[in-house]
Parts: sequence; structure tokens; C-alpha cells
Amino acid sequence: MINNNENNVDVLDLKALSKIYVSNERELTVLNDINFTIKKGETVAIVGPSGSGKTTLLGLCAGLDKASSGTVKLYGSNLGSLNEDERALLRNKNVGFIFQNFQLIPTLTALENVTIPLELQGASQVKEKALELLDRVGLMDRSSHYPNQLSGGEQQRVSLARAFSNEPKLLFADEPTGNLDGETGDKIEQLLFDLNKEKDTTLIIVTHDMELAGRTDRVIKLKSGKIVSDTLNK
Amino acid sequence: MNWKFLFRIALADAKTQWGKLFLFISSIVLGIAALVAINSFNDNIVKDIDRQSASILGADIVVSGNKSLPANLSPALNAIPGQKASEYELLSMAYIPKNEGSQFVRIKALEGNFPFYGKLITQPETASKDFKANGTVLADKAFMRQFSLEPGDKIKLGDEDFIIEGRLMNNLGAGNLASGFAPIIYIPFDKLESTNLVQPGSMIDYAYYHQVPKEFDANLWKEENKQAFRQESMRINTIDDQRENLNEAFNSLNSFLNLVALVSLLLGCIGVASSVFIYVKNKISSIAIFRCLGMKSNEAFVIYFLQILVLGILGSVIGAVLGSAVQLFLPKVFGEFLPFQVVTELSWPSIIQGLSLGLIITVLFALIPLLEIRKISPLRTLRSNFSEEGTGTRDPLVWMCYLAIIVALSIFLYSLTGSILNAAIFIVGILLAFFVLYLVSQLIIRLVRKFFPRHWSFVLRQGLANLYRPNNQTQILLVSLGLGTTILSTLFIVQSLILENVNAMDAGAQPNMILFGIETNQMHDLKNKTKSFDMPIVEEVPIVTMRIEGWKGRTKKEWLADTTANVRRWAANRETRVTYRDTLDSSEKLIAGEFVGNIENPGDSIFISLDEGYAENLNIGLGDEMVFNVQGMLLTTYVSSFREIEFASMRTRFFVLFPRGVLENAPQFQVLVTKAPNEDVMTKYRTEVVKAFPNVSVVDLSSILTTLNDILKKISYAVQFMAGFSILTGLIVLLSSLILSKFQRVRESVLLRTLGASRSQILKINATEYLLIGVLAAFTGILISILASWLVVNFQLDFEYKIRWMPILLVFLFIVLMTLFIGLWTTRDVVNKSPLETLRKDIQ
Repeated sequence: MINNNENNVDVLDLKALSKIYVSNERELTVLNDINFTIKKGETVAIVGPSGSGKTTLLGLCAGLDKASSGTVKLYGSNLGSLNEDERALLRNKNVGFIFQNFQLIPTLTALENVTIPLELQGASQVKEKALELLDRVGLMDRSSHYPNQLSGGEQQRVSLARAFSNEPKLLFADEPTGNLDGETGDKIEQLLFDLNKEKDTTLIIVTHDMELAGRTDRVIKLKSGKIVSDTLNK
Repeated sequence: MNWKFLFRIALADAKTQWGKLFLFISSIVLGIAALVAINSFNDNIVKDIDRQSASILGADIVVSGNKSLPANLSPALNAIPGQKASEYELLSMAYIPKNEGSQFVRIKALEGNFPFYGKLITQPETASKDFKANGTVLADKAFMRQFSLEPGDKIKLGDEDFIIEGRLMNNLGAGNLASGFAPIIYIPFDKLESTNLVQPGSMIDYAYYHQVPKEFDANLWKEENKQAFRQESMRINTIDDQRENLNEAFNSLNSFLNLVALVSLLLGCIGVASSVFIYVKNKISSIAIFRCLGMKSNEAFVIYFLQILVLGILGSVIGAVLGSAVQLFLPKVFGEFLPFQVVTELSWPSIIQGLSLGLIITVLFALIPLLEIRKISPLRTLRSNFSEEGTGTRDPLVWMCYLAIIVALSIFLYSLTGSILNAAIFIVGILLAFFVLYLVSQLIIRLVRKFFPRHWSFVLRQGLANLYRPNNQTQILLVSLGLGTTILSTLFIVQSLILENVNAMDAGAQPNMILFGIETNQMHDLKNKTKSFDMPIVEEVPIVTMRIEGWKGRTKKEWLADTTANVRRWAANRETRVTYRDTLDSSEKLIAGEFVGNIENPGDSIFISLDEGYAENLNIGLGDEMVFNVQGMLLTTYVSSFREIEFASMRTRFFVLFPRGVLENAPQFQVLVTKAPNEDVMTKYRTEVVKAFPNVSVVDLSSILTTLNDILKKISYAVQFMAGFSILTGLIVLLSSLILSKFQRVRESVLLRTLGASRSQILKINATEYLLIGVLAAFTGILISILASWLVVNFQLDFEYKIRWMPILLVFLFIVLMTLFIGLWTTRDVVNKSPLETLRKDIQ
């Protein structure tokens, strides 16, 4: 069972994690023997060059994919022993996402996009909560707009509102500012950290941007599928 | 599962997609419309048959045969209480003095107040009663129009002149088409004798009509007397029999119409499956996001299933409304073939049946692509090029869907045809066609890849490569277009073969006139008359009428009473018209035994020759004995040979052929076959013959062929009307497949535009792809249709099979051009707008 009531429990615990892809009978090791633990409230950046395995690691941590060997424990639950629907439930209850390319549903309005995680939980006062978050990200007046009627920065703000709507304990951000210009990127970054503080969320960011990584408590550096450093920011 | 939420998301997601989903709906609308229209029409006809059987038969009991009532049956017939009437019917010539015309007609001499139910509709209305009292006649309306006749004009039947009392507007007991061959003339019974048309050997049908009081059970009377009447070759018909006969006759038409509707529905279902398939493909990223946010796979499936279900219901309802409207026109299309009036009214059972069947099949077809949703991984949010493993063919639920479709179709087909074998043949045929088209598409993809022409121009290479690149439309379009082509082309090939066979009968060298009822002493003068018109005597045939008394040592009655003997009643009971000659003619082929042409000495054994099929119907073999009753004299014969007769040729033909030296002195009449060079000579000759020899009937074969042609044209019009549903559905499937799939190509087209490709280059790339798909689909579909039509022609129609390239070429061009046109039409968005505008709009 998911155990998320105790404050001292590790939010995320990775042991001897590997991911190997088989293509044309050739094995490609993308992640090799990854071990780390993340505590509640920590903000962590996973950095590394392209192809170092950052996104694969994020996918495994969030239960979007299955490891070839090793374990991923999210709030004490071993993701490897859960089926896809059980992992979906775990994500919905505990996890929020922010993507580089926003990943909003194009056929739903901004408001509808934000309500989805709440609706999936069967929460009450869904619309009010979603509007409150949209207000918080400064998009109250754009709530009925569709994604293609919003700018990139606005879309990422909707994405932020959606990520926080189910009050996740753990937030994954995959290059959250990668598709935005510097100024807009800075604003989104600020909003992300502000919201993270307000909601007391554990944050894991995958990024190239060392400046962004510098704002987190801890930086895990990957190279060729291995952790080459795991350091705390002062 | 939070159904309320899922339904809300389904609705929210659908509201921006109505345009795309409308195509999905239209795929099924026409199929359901065809089904509901045909079922409603059928339902109304069954009701009308129930309502009108009495007025079509005109009486409660009808006893009929081709001889007058034998004395031993009179007591039984006289015991029937209530009103009585009788009718003699014979074929003869009518001479029209007004314009010196003549026409082969069906004369009905009526005694008594027939019809007891329904009525003879005439103009003026009083004519139906007055003609008997006035000694005048009623003439068929089309016949009167043809000869510009009005009530009061004269007509000569045999030796008697008659005045026409009125126009006969309806036709009891038979379809309107029958009167096309020989129009009906009603005369009073007491005037029949003075026409001198009733002679020994004349072909007369006798009918005795009875109206019984309510308490009298007509069916019970029939049961009690059936055997006795049968033995005298007299038929008994009651209203219940009439109803049964009409229902049976209509069933074939209904089965055919339902098959056409089913084909439309199937095509629509292919449209559904392909449009849902492409719709789901376009939804993959949204579904991955839902999954990433914690939605269960079944919940994601339910969202899109709900959309399709609601649209399926909507499409079925629109189809049912359209179908109910279309059925108002069906009586206009098929009315000519039906011997009764069809009243059109809403048929709720048909609407419900059409709706439920349509919905079941639609949902099953949509489920196959929809089930893929359950496999979409949330990982696609991070990696858009991620592809799931183990989807599609390995999913047991997909196989269960295929099985359910086959079961549902089999049950429906069985309910249509009432035959497991026919249902199985149809299902296997459709599956085979699917399979062949699928194989061809696979083969094309491989071949194009393997032998890719790298030296071709960029535009052609792009278009060709679209056939095998990821997200290609080759399979879906080839199967849906190919199947549509198969159906269309089969229909056209079979239709053209039928029409051609009919026309072949009228080919130049064939004789076109038959004169019969000639007395032997008239033959010399008639031949002279014919020669004076410079017309050839193609055949001169004596005919002796006789009845079969018995064969192989048993009497006919014994044979017919023996239910284990495989003997056909019609073959045993018919009045046999026999000729005698010493050679076989060109339309006959000896297939067994030895043909004996002459009997040397009176008293020698008489060897006769039988048509092979006729002998089979009587269970007679070579060497068997047959006894004939020739006008009261018994004649014992032996079967020495079997012949095969070519029925398509325009000659007299005889099931039983006697040798010379036996029948020369028996009572007989003569038949003369000749050929008139043109219409004018034919009309003059006919008129002179009718004037000089009133008892001789002249049958104009070319006018019969014209009538037959007209009937076939009407039938093919009806067939085309129904096939129109299939064609329209096919086009909509084509349109929806192409419009939905344009989203596959739009990204690269936009990218090419951005990189500087011209409007015409983009159009050429797309044209190459659609042209190739159109050509391949049409070509494969036509190959399958050649096989299908060969099977139909050989096993159903028994014609010689010849491929006519014209209809095939037309179908080919139609399919290719439509594919090209619709394909290019769907790309116009990309080429007419700026790349930026399209990028923002479509990439989303």
C-alpha cells in the first residue's frame, strides 16, 4: 500500500536502477546502477548532456516506464511491483508534471486542462480550485481559451497551474523553460519556485540550464547513464 | 470510474472536433438509411399482401387448369355454397380495323360476378358492369394507347367484331409486367363461341371462382378435395395460398435488396473503422497526457468510446430518419414489379431493427481501433516517438471484436437468406476480398520499398514514398476503396451480361415471327402468303397435343401418389405438345442414346427423344417405356435418346420429339416460323394474315424482346437505384478516410512549404500518392469483381461468361479520378494558406 503519511519517509528511493533498450538484437544501456534518495521538501536538479539518460530517469522515477533492473520506491511503494493502472493512481494522488513542450490537451480549454487531475481524484469544488490556480498564475481572464490561442509562456503557466492542482507531494519538471525565451523563462522559473514553496512540494527538475539547477538544493549530474556527481548547493 | 467526469471530458473534447466527427457519422448514415428504407418497404409490403390478398385473387376459392372441369369433379365444386363465376382464357390475335393494326392478346371470357373482392377498375367506371350486358369488351389501357383506341372503337377477335366499352386500368391476379407480353381483353362469356377461337387443340386456361359464406372453411374444403383435383391436373387456390405465393415471390426481391443494404452498411463500417483509426491516431498525445496525469487506461478508453457511441447513435438516428424518407420513393421504383398497391407508412419495427443492427455493427467496427487506446503509454509525453510494443494483433479483445462482427453479420445474413450456406458464402466472400486487398497493400508497400526508383524526380519520389512511410494510408484506403470497387464493378459486369444476352436473342439472323394455331388445310395458302412477302419459311412444324398416361409400367396417378419417387408434378401433368421429324435441328444436341427419325412399318416400336432435363423430372432413363394419350388413343413408346436444347435461340422447341410415320394422321395444328426484314413488312404481313386466317395467332418476337428489354431496363434501374446507396457510401468512406488522413500528411506538407516547396510541387506529391492508391485499389477491386461476377454468372444465371471492358473501364476511371479529386481537394488547405497559419492551426 502507498504509505505517504509519515514525514520522515523517503519520497523517492532508487536502488541499483538500470534501463536497457534492445534494438535490432543490440543492447543499449541508457541508465546503469543509479542509486539515490530524495527527502521530503528537497528541490533537486538532474543535469547532464543530451543522451545522458536524464529524461529516461525522470520517466522511471515518475512511474511512466519500467526499469530493466533495480527498484524505484515512491513514498515507499515499489513501482516495479505495481501495474500500469496502480501506477496511474499513484501519480494522480502524489505527482505533478511540467513538460518542456507544455503537453496541454489541445481540445480542452485552459480551465478544463487544469481541472483534469482534480476530476480524476473525484475532488469537490473542482472549478473553484482550478480558477484559483489560474488566478495565481495570472491567467484568470484566459480560462476559456484553447492552448493554440495562448502564447508559449501562457501555456506553460497553465501547465504549472495544472501541475499544482492536485496538490502533489512530488513535482517533476522536464526542461520547464526549455521552450521559452529568457525573460518568459525567468518568470516561469520564479513562479515554479514560489508555488513549490507555498505548497511545500518536493521538486525534481531535469534541465540543461545550470542557472536553473543552481536555484535547487541539490544537483545530480549524469553522464552516459551514470551518476558522476551528487552535490548540495550552498 | 467517475462517469460524470468522463462524460464531461468526452463532450468537452468532442466540441472542437465536430467537423472531423461529422465524417464518421456520415459513413454510417447511408448504410442505416438503406437498411431502414428496405426493411420498412418490406414490412409495408407484407402488410399490403395481407390486406390485398383477397382483392388480388378476387374470390375465396379458385379452381383452375388447362382443361374444362372433368365431370367427376363437378359434385365437389357444386357443393361449395355462395356465388360462382367462371373464366376462359386464351391467347389469340386481335385485329384493329381503325388503323389496320393487329396484336397478340390474352382474351378472358367472363361469366358471373367476378371479382367478388376488389374490382375491375375501368374508364368509364360503369364499363366494368356494362360490357357483359352490352356484349362489348374491356381492353387494356396500354394496348388502347398503343393503337390510339377510344371507348366506342371496334376490335376483331377471331370471327367476331366487338365494340370497346372501356379501358381496363388494373389487372387482377398477375403483375403488370405480364400484360406487357399480351394485353388483356375481357369479353362476355356468351360471346366466346361466336369468335370460333375455341377449337380442338386450342390452348385455353379455365378458372372457376367461388365466393363462400364466412362460416365455410375454404382451406378445409381444399384439404379434403386437393388430391382428387390434383389427379385431374386441376389447381385449387385460396386466399391463404395467394398470400403465401405473394410473400414467397417477394422474398427474393427482399433478400436482394437487403444484401445491397448490407453491403452499404459494411462499406459504412469500413468508413467507421478507418475514420476512428485515424481519429485515435490524432488523439494519441492527448491520451498520453491523460495517462500521465493519472488516468487509468480504461478511463481513457471510455472517453473516446463515449464519443463514438453517442455519434453512432446520432448517425443511426439520422440514417433511420433518412431511410424512412427514402422508403416513400421505393414503391415508385419497384411498384412496376408488384401486383398490388404498396401503402407507405412508418414501420417502427424496421426502424428499431435498423437502429440496433447499425449501432451494434458500428460499435464493433469502431472498437477495433478504439481498443488501441488502452495500450497508449504515458511515456509518450516525454518522448513523442515512443511506440508501444505488443499492441494490435496480439490483443485478445481485438480478436473477440472480429469474431463478434462475423457472428453478428452471420446471424443477420442467415435471417435474410434463411440459409446457413448462403450466409457462409457471403461472409467467406467478403473476408476473402478483405484478405486479398490487405495482401495486395502489403505487397505494394514491400515492392515499392524494395524497388524504389531513386533516379526519379523529387516530387515523384516523395509521392511514392508516402505509400510506405510511417502513418501511411495505403492499407486502409486500398481495402475500403478496393471493396467499394469490387461491389460496383461486379454489379456492372453482371448487369451488362444480362442485357447483352437479351439483345443477342434479337440478333439479325434470328427469325422474328411465330405463327401458330394454323389448321393443316390452311398451311398451303399461308405459305404462299408468306412467300408473297418475300419472307423465308424458317420452320414449319406440326404439333400434336397429348397427355402422359404413364411410364415404366406405372400409371401417372400411381407415380404421383408415390411420395418417394422423385417425380415433378408439372412435368407429369402438363399437356404435352409434340412434333415429329426425322432430323435434329440446329438448336438441339444429342447427348445420350440414338436418335430414331423414322418408323418403317406401322406396328413397329416407337422410339422417341426427350429433353434431358424433362426426363430427369420424370425419373425416366434410356430405354424406358412411356405411354401417351393422344385424343383418347393410347400410344406406347420407348425413350431412345436424350437431347440438350438451346433455349436462348428463337426456335420452336419440344420436350418430346416423335419420329416420322406415327402421328401424321392425328389431330394436329401447324406452326410456322418466319423472319420479316423490318417493322413495316411485319405489320403489313401480320394484318393480312389476321384478316385472312382469323384463327391463326401471330407472335411478334421482336416486340416481346423489346418488352423484355424494357423490363430488364426497369430492373436494372431498380438495381442501380439500390446500388446508388453503396456507391454513395463508398464515396463518403473515401472522403472521410482522405479528409481524416490529411492530418497525417499536413505536417510534412507544411514543412515542405516552409522550406520553399511551391504550391504545384505539394499538389504533385499528393497527386502521385492518391493516383497510385486509386489505381491500385481500383485494379485489385476489379480483379476480384471479375472472379465474383464469373461465379454469379456461372452458378446463378447460367450464361456464357464474357468480360466486357467498357463498364470495367468506366468503374476504373471513376474510382481513380474520385480518389485523385477528393485527395487533392483535402490538401487545398495546406496549399492555399500561409505555412504559419496552418502551422498554428493544424499542428496543435
